[in-house]
Amino acid sequence: SSQIVTKTNAFATRMLSGLKFLTYCCCQYRHLLELLKRTTVHGESNSALVIGPRGSGKTALLNWVLKELRKMKQVRENLLEVHLNGLLQTNDKVALKEITRQLQLENVIGDKVFGSFAENLAFLLEALRKGDRTSSCPVLFILDEFDLFVHHKNQTLLYNLFDISQSAQTPVTVIGLTCRQDILELLEKRVKSRFSHRQIYLMNSFDFKQYIRIFKEQLSLPAEFPDESFAQRWNNNVQRLPEDKTVQDTLQNLFHYTKDLRSLHLLLMLAVSNVTVHHPLITASDLQEASRQHRMDSRANIVHGLSVLEICLIIAMKHLNDVYEGEPFNFQMVYNEFQKFIQRKAHSMYNFEKPVVMKAFEHLLQLELVKPIERPSVRAQREYLLMNLLLDNNQIMDALQAYPNCPTDVKQWAASSLSWL
Amino acid sequence: MNTRQQNKITYSWYGKPMSSDRKLRTSQYKGILITSERSRTETCIQLGNFILVEGENADQPFVAQLLDLYEDGAQQKHAVVQWFSHITEIPQNKRKLLKREISPQEVFFDQVPGYDTDIAVETIIKSIMVIPLRLGEELPVMLNKEQTFYVKQSWDGKCFKALSPDTFSKLKEARKKEGGIPNSSNSLIPSDIISPLKKETENVVRSTTKPKNVELEIESKHSASKSSLAKERHSQRVANDVKTPTARKKLQLNSPIRSPKGRLLGSEVLELLDDLCDAVAPLEPSATKRRVKFTGILGSPPKIPCANEKSKSVLDTAEDWQRFKDTIQLSPHSKVSDSNEKAKNLNVKDDTISLIGYQKRCSQSPVLSPCSRRICVQKTNTRIAEQVSILNALELNQEEDFLSSSDSSYSSSSEEEKDDVLCTPEKKTKSSRTLSTPKSSRKSSVHTPAKTPKKTPLPGTPKTPRNATPEIPRRNHAAQKPASILEEARLRLHVSAIPESLPCREEEFQDIYNFVESKLIDGTGGCMYISGVPGTGKTATVHEVISCLQQAAENDELPSFQFVEINGMKLTDPHQAYVQILELLTGQKVTATHAAVLLAKLFNTPGPKRKTTVLVVDELDLLWTRKQNVMYNLFDWPTQKHSKLIILAIANTMDLPERIMMNRVASRLGLTRMSFQPYTYKQLQQIISSRLNGMKAFEEDAIQLVSRKVAALSGDARRCLDICRRATEICEFASQKRTPEIVRMAHITEAIDEMFSSPYINAIRNASLHEQIFLKAILAEFRRAGVEEATVQQVYHQHIALCRIEGMQSPTISEIMAICSRLGACRLLLVESSNKYLHMQVRLNISQDDVMYALKDE
Repeated sequence: SSQIVTKTNAFATRMLSGLKFLTYCCCQYRHLLELLKRTTVHGESNSALVIGPRGSGKTALLNWVLKELRKMKQVRENLLEVHLNGLLQTNDKVALKEITRQLQLENVIGDKVFGSFAENLAFLLEALRKGDRTSSCPVLFILDEFDLFVHHKNQTLLYNLFDISQSAQTPVTVIGLTCRQDILELLEKRVKSRFSHRQIYLMNSFDFKQYIRIFKEQLSLPAEFPDESFAQRWNNNVQRLPEDKTVQDTLQNLFHYTKDLRSLHLLLMLAVSNVTVHHPLITASDLQEASRQHRMDSRANIVHGLSVLEICLIIAMKHLNDVYEGEPFNFQMVYNEFQKFIQRKAHSMYNFEKPVVMKAFEHLLQLELVKPIERPSVRAQREYLLMNLLLDNNQIMDALQAYPNCPTDVKQWAASSLSWL
Repeated sequence: MNTRQQNKITYSWYGKPMSSDRKLRTSQYKGILITSERSRTETCIQLGNFILVEGENADQPFVAQLLDLYEDGAQQKHAVVQWFSHITEIPQNKRKLLKREISPQEVFFDQVPGYDTDIAVETIIKSIMVIPLRLGEELPVMLNKEQTFYVKQSWDGKCFKALSPDTFSKLKEARKKEGGIPNSSNSLIPSDIISPLKKETENVVRSTTKPKNVELEIESKHSASKSSLAKERHSQRVANDVKTPTARKKLQLNSPIRSPKGRLLGSEVLELLDDLCDAVAPLEPSATKRRVKFTGILGSPPKIPCANEKSKSVLDTAEDWQRFKDTIQLSPHSKVSDSNEKAKNLNVKDDTISLIGYQKRCSQSPVLSPCSRRICVQKTNTRIAEQVSILNALELNQEEDFLSSSDSSYSSSSEEEKDDVLCTPEKKTKSSRTLSTPKSSRKSSVHTPAKTPKKTPLPGTPKTPRNATPEIPRRNHAAQKPASILEEARLRLHVSAIPESLPCREEEFQDIYNFVESKLIDGTGGCMYISGVPGTGKTATVHEVISCLQQAAENDELPSFQFVEINGMKLTDPHQAYVQILELLTGQKVTATHAAVLLAKLFNTPGPKRKTTVLVVDELDLLWTRKQNVMYNLFDWPTQKHSKLIILAIANTMDLPERIMMNRVASRLGLTRMSFQPYTYKQLQQIISSRLNGMKAFEEDAIQLVSRKVAALSGDARRCLDICRRATEICEFASQKRTPEIVRMAHITEAIDEMFSSPYINAIRNASLHEQIFLKAILAEFRRAGVEEATVQQVYHQHIALCRIEGMQSPTISEIMAICSRLGACRLLLVESSNKYLHMQVRLNISQDDVMYALKDE
């Protein structure tokens, strides 16, 4: 069993490292590699943006390129890297400090506690101005979540970085990573003019066949796996898996839903976690089950855990939505609707007191299945606060189907608001 | 300096006008009295004296020699000076011409044409020492650095020359004269000792300046305004010394620090003095006269300061005499003389402490006429000089002894200084002095670091070493040279590659050049506003103008000027502009508000020796503040009479002055405007061709294509160059296997497509199926509702309907929400915050047509 555990662990790491799938974007890879190589070898300044939706492998691509670059001796010893992230460096002041720290320039100042923002900027600009193309060590600036840097005041940092990259100073290359397609429209005209307009797009532009291949590659055990016979058995199984119709359907559904490879990883993780000593190979049903979990609607799940009274209230709200076409309602309306049902139709339901119903209603409020339109104020009575239902009819009906021991009259009532007439 | 400013200082003529010019209604004087009201001191500076003149930077006063003093018709007091340049005033690139280390104490005889030698008397700070030296000579080690400067070479703006014998002797003369002037605070050295024998001279200077140093040391403990108090006390002490040695001994008992050697002193000094006089007597018939002089002083204890001065100087000379005698006759006894001296200096200090009470009385009862006294002293001095030169000749044989003596006296004096510091009760300069002591007592003339700049104005005080600017580490491997023609082309096409000349901006260049040149020649100030869209060569043109002007100034075709550049984008706050300008102008680092005050003072007050400043303000619009005071000040300075400030302001918008500036700011900016038009395709073509410079890397048509494309879009030269650069890469990439080829139309087209194609269409085409259906559902919902906005719930229903038509499994709400947020993150959609869940509003960020076009082909 320990073997299985290690195997699963091996999977986990492999799946998260996620370098295999990049084979499809070799064009972008070459572009970026050449760009960075020229920076380090020739000391050429550049700026580029890597743009692609979330999970399309922007950071992975960059890391892959950097890994390749570091294999070259001439590059490894010649490149200074500065990694910034828009989520961490929330303003230029923090960013400047971080740059200074990563360039290891803070020791030059000695004991001096780092001064004001203005001093900092002047200091850094001075440092970068001093260098020149042929003698200074090139600096690679990597700005993750580039779009967040755009919102800094005056775009000072971006202006200065791009300005340096377009003037005869220390060679710098600025690589921005972002998922926003409209990023160029966010740059100020001066900043935009200084940006060299190299855009590397990562688009998940693979088709389903490639997707299946990626799926296989992700699941295959590597050659260095200790138990060779098992690895072979496992890999054979993985190769045969996509031939199964249900597996294909599952993957097709996921592929149609999203091309983001992180979803695939998540699905595979769920499937692989079912593997035990007694169940050593992954099967189609595992995948199907994983897919079911993966696609689960979170709100509908909450509905499963509600009491019958709460379900009744939700059904009452659904009817109100139908009648008033999505207009907001208040507790009193819901209570009236519920009362009508109790009086005329219900046989199995006990007639609850109003405060009890109110309690159930507030529980729904806490679960955020209903949401007040405006913030509750002290003056407004709770019964008359206007609400919106955050569930769709389809969700309610699906949830009712799956709800255990639901009274038949409630189900009937849910199906048609007019059935009791 | 600050205290000086707070002080009320009056300047009055010394003596009667020497001559007057009726026509010009000027009258000349031979000296000026500077009276400080608060401390009731009076300093007299005479023609030929060396002085410090207030500079634009409070830390760095100018050194000059007073040549003439006159009062003009408007009752204004003027002075004509000969300037001396400090090393910091010499352009950085010229300093290397010297090929040697320059001590901060060294100045250069200034022969730069164009500096105004006529200054207002009010700018004179105080008098100092300037000692001429031969080129090869070492600087004499002096403790009193702030008061003494050395001159070895002259500087005429282009090169350094050794002092001509004429100037050398003139300077020496001046110094001699200074030595003889009783009232000048530096009149204490018999400077005449400098003999033609160089080596020896130096030694003599070293040894003889010792006592003076001690004197001045005491003075410098007090602020400039207080120095004469010290003098008075000192002279009082001298008087006491001479008159009642025993009384002085009593005082010594009171002193806090006492060395056993100190006890030696008292009467011994007197004895030695007597000895000295005796020894000299046979050689010099007028020695008796000197004695008479002494007695004269003895007989008149209450004296006016001027008389005191004289007596002091007499005593000093006597001291020197003593030293000489020692070295000549008593070389084995040099130790004794050292200790004497030391002890005496201790006394000096003791007296300063204990004799404060005397000063008032002293200054109240003048008895002797200062004039006659001065003449006497002058005579004495010249006599002494004669004697010394004779003695010097004698000394030749005893150089060894002499050296040892001077060394020991040196070390002893440095000890004195330490003692001095320890027991000085003065607070004012104490801190800085204690700092400087350990350094200056070292033999090598290391200049004192970390001076408090305001209290001790010392030119060339190095800034705190901590401010050293850092550097990016050097690369380990040399950068590769471009190997192929495409790489070479890429290098030349990089925006950072600076071409020899800027093509297509000749007219603009000429306009700006003429503007700045005319202002430079006139010595006036002015503003020019330069506008143009990004990438039209504004900054590059201005830089080229400046470098041309600098070239011209170097060739002496134009008056030299200072160039300062700030960039609004490189400032964190508009007010930082002041800080940067001041730092670039003077090297001071101060806060923004203080910098504003200093700059206003600098530009609003007439200063001598000020060069014209050319200030380039890039990205002007970012200096906008609500009150616009930064812009106001910037444009107000050039209008001041004496500012000599030329501003070239650069921004993007043509109507910036009208749009964002208040009337008073816009009015000061003036109407000198220039606008850079975007480049036409022909110009862009020319720019590329000139950069390629005949290199066969591009097809002609390819260049034309890129020029036309960019000219049609923006006229941004940067864009043009970037496209060309990218095209070379594409070309290189495509032709890797085959023979190298040149960039063709196809490559350019590919590069342009890469840079300018809208990413949205491609993004939609590569989206997953459900994402595409979601977009379709949005279109359908928009069409149904007739409003370009819908809630997720509405779109969800459309989505499900579409899925049913397509026969696909419909997604759950959770999945729809995820799709929605993914498209929102790419900004294909604009979505509200997700806490509204089903009710959040969705809009398209691109036109519906684009979406339909992108989805149609599928």
